[in-house]
Amino acid sequence: MSETPDEIPLETIQKYAPLMMQGVPWANFLGFEVTGVERGRAFARVPWREDLVGDPSTGVIHGGVITSLLDNLAGVAIATRLRKLRAMATLDLRIDYMRPAEKGREILAEAECYHITRSVAFVHAWAYHGSREERIVASASGAFALNDPKRWTPASGGLSAIQNAVESGK
Amino acid sequence: MSRAEQVSAFLETLPFAATLGMRCEIFGDEMTAVLPFQEKLIGNAAIRALHGGAIGAFLELTAMAQLYLVGDLATPPKPIDLTVDYLRSGRAETLYARASVRKLGSRMSSVHAEAWQTDRDKPVAALRAQFLVEVRTEED
Repeated sequence: MSETPDEIPLETIQKYAPLMMQGVPWANFLGFEVTGVERGRAFARVPWREDLVGDPSTGVIHGGVITSLLDNLAGVAIATRLRKLRAMATLDLRIDYMRPAEKGREILAEAECYHITRSVAFVHAWAYHGSREERIVASASGAFALNDPKRWTPASGGLSAIQNAVESGK
Repeated sequence: MSRAEQVSAFLETLPFAATLGMRCEIFGDEMTAVLPFQEKLIGNAAIRALHGGAIGAFLELTAMAQLYLVGDLATPPKPIDLTVDYLRSGRAETLYARASVRKLGSRMSSVHAEAWQTDRDKPVAALRAQFLVEVRTEED
């Protein structure tokens, strides 16, 4: 995807993207970690943990953990395509649970912001083991509302760090 | 064991339900799921809003518990797909949810659920989900 000059610099997003998960109490509590950011895309992982299991007979991680991961990662993917800082709110999210996650194995995730307007961002996201081709666990699609961050003062965690960096021209 | 006891027993076997910190209050065939506010559930620290994923997870578990309440299930319901509509931001307060099983077949079931805080007419989020179920037969 070509980088237009008025998008927020990718380096700024890359620097502060980890904060968009670790700085979010629920994402931090579940152990989410950003592993990479490109223009339009973001990657993350969540290690397997006993207390996240939804079916003790199989050790499968509960779907709610995957919902949380893909929802949060979608926000990071959207940030890479913003021209100026926007507060994001999930409008809806649809998840297909394609196969159960395997016991003891970390879950990887990817989110792609495939279209963005002034007020809405559209995202596809996937959770998988190894690679998307190897063993896909779930796929998701969602729409997110973009709002003027002045409505939220101060902006939160990673977003406020990005805002400060953008304002100071770094 | 009554259906209500079965639901409680089901939730107790799920580590993630305890991690989330939810419980269910059951009166006859009516169930209200309760998620007391906890700091870890925050998704946006600036406006102190609940994380959309936490709300989605709560609704999914509420739907599963409701299936246990109305159906004689041999195994936990397996989610096939779900959609969550986020209608208002969840404040740093207790979240409640109720679910209704729209259809319970021998293998497939469809469930709706809605979460709210102080005012039930102002829902925070709504879920629609399909589950694969295994209804207990007489041989079981």
